[in-house]
Amino acid sequence: MSIKDKIAVIGVGCCKFGENYHQSTNDMLVEAAFDAYADAKIDPKEIQAAWVATLSSGTSGTMLADPLKLYKIPVTRVENYCASGMDAFRNACLAIASGMYDVALVAGVEKLKDSGQRGLGSFNAHPVFAYGTTAPSMFAMAATRYMHKFGITKETLAQIAVKNHKNGTKSPKAHFQMEVTVDQVVKAPMISSPLGLFDCCPVTDGAAVAILCRADLAKKYRDDPVYVKAIGLAVTSGQPYYQPKNEYVSFEATTLAAEQAYKQVGIADPRKEISFAEVHDCFTITELLVYEDLKFCKKGEGAEFIAAAALDGELPVNPSGGLKSFGHPIGATGVRMIYELTTQLRGQAGARQVKNPKLGLAYNLGGPGSVGIVTILGNEK
Amino acid sequence: MAGIIAFGAYVPRYRISREVIARQWGLPSMGGERAVANYDEDSLTMAAEAGLTCLAGRPTQDIGGLYFATTSSPYREKQGATTIATIADLSREIRTADFTDTLRAGTTAMIAALDTIGSGSAQKVLVTAGDCRMGEPDSPEEQLFGDGAGAVLLGKESGIAEVLGTYTLMDEFTGAWRTEDRHFIQVFPSGFDVKYGYNRVMGEVLPAVYKKFGISPKEITKAVIYAPNPRALTGLAKQAGFDPKSQLQDTLFGQVGDTGAAAPLMMLAATLEEARPGDKILLVSYGEGSDALLFQVTPAIEQYKVQRSIKAQIATKRDIGSYGKYARFRNLAVKETTCGEVSTPVAYFRDWKQLLPLYGERCNQCGTLQYPKERVCYECGSKDDFADVKLAHTGKVFTYTHDYLFAGPDLPYTQSVIELNDGCRIYLAMTDSDEKEVAIDLPVELTCRRLHDGYGFHNYYWKVRPIKG
Repeated sequence: MSIKDKIAVIGVGCCKFGENYHQSTNDMLVEAAFDAYADAKIDPKEIQAAWVATLSSGTSGTMLADPLKLYKIPVTRVENYCASGMDAFRNACLAIASGMYDVALVAGVEKLKDSGQRGLGSFNAHPVFAYGTTAPSMFAMAATRYMHKFGITKETLAQIAVKNHKNGTKSPKAHFQMEVTVDQVVKAPMISSPLGLFDCCPVTDGAAVAILCRADLAKKYRDDPVYVKAIGLAVTSGQPYYQPKNEYVSFEATTLAAEQAYKQVGIADPRKEISFAEVHDCFTITELLVYEDLKFCKKGEGAEFIAAAALDGELPVNPSGGLKSFGHPIGATGVRMIYELTTQLRGQAGARQVKNPKLGLAYNLGGPGSVGIVTILGNEK
Repeated sequence: MAGIIAFGAYVPRYRISREVIARQWGLPSMGGERAVANYDEDSLTMAAEAGLTCLAGRPTQDIGGLYFATTSSPYREKQGATTIATIADLSREIRTADFTDTLRAGTTAMIAALDTIGSGSAQKVLVTAGDCRMGEPDSPEEQLFGDGAGAVLLGKESGIAEVLGTYTLMDEFTGAWRTEDRHFIQVFPSGFDVKYGYNRVMGEVLPAVYKKFGISPKEITKAVIYAPNPRALTGLAKQAGFDPKSQLQDTLFGQVGDTGAAAPLMMLAATLEEARPGDKILLVSYGEGSDALLFQVTPAIEQYKVQRSIKAQIATKRDIGSYGKYARFRNLAVKETTCGEVSTPVAYFRDWKQLLPLYGERCNQCGTLQYPKERVCYECGSKDDFADVKLAHTGKVFTYTHDYLFAGPDLPYTQSVIELNDGCRIYLAMTDSDEKEVAIDLPVELTCRRLHDGYGFHNYYWKVRPIKG
């Protein structure tokens, strides 16, 4: 079974990401949804089912139904760590593919700034196991191990931040439009060693929305729909630090999700066949590991791939600026990646437009390397 | 006759120079430095450390009791001895008791342990004593006091030091005290406590001890006498007929400070580290009277392997650097914005065996050792087919990070994935470490600490620290 070419993305919307102190969760959802309605030229009444993703900014389907007045249709809240957004998208795709619905809406949202938190915390349920863990600390331990094993330095990781900040300057809805230098990144205050401030994505508010329909109905809405080619999801342990054989230089969830997706499209050499990618760079080390785990390059060769990942490189990665510059409102991120892929595949990405894209890959990661979702979209059927 | 089977002491790694405290308040410095418990330590964790040192490499099945002595119990209601016994993974069918509220609680617990053994109720009893007494800021006690712990394993055999006798005098006197609603110890000023309490009681106790044991001061190899301050002891020694230089055990005041109920046991440990067969050791405490115990060192001392000597622990230190950090550690300076720890005693009830006694499990199907305990094997997926395994307490760092984002009282908060020597992976915070010394493959040992106070109780759990020496 494959999902290939059964679903089309007919509209996407996104609010300006950033420190949206002036906006509530509902304000951002309304902004992103009406942006998507306008993009799809659709009457909201045509939407037959909806999914909303958030880690902690709301509960139940009512958190979407109320602001959008999407009453009397099925609405489901999805949570799967930082990969919630893309899993909501996946659920909508599966529902349409089942034949149950023709048109569905997917929203992702997170309101982080209202809490005053300085960084992304952790999600422990147990009083003492993993006590004190922060989001950067989980990835920092991979960075420590990777640096030990492959001999890279903070300068190597900094190049990823520099690239994504540069792309962010061309991305009007991104949290940051600000370039940084390797020196600035390396000398920034330490957050979780070896990761400094600029190795970490910011704390961001935001919402993004995508509207999907049965592929055979897409041309009714627009001439340039984008098609879902593949979706792979893999879940590994949420407590990798206890796993008896974990080498800490790779996230298996990434590789497994990618394998599923590549098989659905028939991709043998992702580096050649994928036009560009939006990946989960919550921390610079994460993007480095993702290059390798997505098989863009071999294990241990991520550092050499950074040049190829530039906007004008062989396989541009994070033309949007990534989580690093665009921001990472947790539940919104996966849907925001769909927004970027769609915008790029339609050739509407402006200054950050990649050249002649055919296939775009989005990778959303949740937890300490635990939930991996790969989605591939294409602009040809 | 009963005797000491093993001994241990614990000196926390942090020190504060008395000069730093004195400067804070414009007071004269008493000189030297004092030991300061880390922010994640208290009298109970320190006593557990000393107790575990006593038990290192020994069977524990024949231990029939554990006593905990302190004037600074982390709880007003809840026994510390059971927690320490659980940390030490002792049998549940043992006697446990806390001896509290007096500076002689440590020796009183020892005498009670000897009575427990003498009555045949237990073959061995582990006596632990820890204190973390609070001197009021801007008071002499703040400089005088120090934090630490001592422990002795007593048994019905003579062991390394046979007990020749015990003596107790109780004496109602109010010289130093702390009422139930106070944090800080009050000491009546102008030396009243020393002159009319300590000197008077010692003047009564020492002659009584000589008479009861039929011994003269000259025959005592080492007099291990607690004193509320070092000057009091020097004055007393002459009066009691001891040569202060050769016969008097140092109070550890210069390096550690007055460790209260733990002091007699810590000084005893220091004495035993240097003792030779035939030595006669007189241990004397003070507080609402006095306890005295007379020991004779046996030839077994020559084969005794000292674990974590007090001398080495005194040498292995870390300067706390500032009064502010001391104030933060001891909750004198409290941040009202906290990270809001979440906990429930129910987790301790349900998971007790994997928390303080630290058991993991080995899969009976594939042999994988894993922690925390799961119903289904990480590796092979078999269900409920495990054998409980007590995890190793040493290992090495697999990976780590120094985290500055966490709202802890002593940043960075170092998190580490540890490969224990039995091959089990465990994820623990690191304590008592210098940022620069931490590296992949660094050898570490486990230490039980107060992780946080979620739900208003003390959430004790394990951390790791670099192995020193």
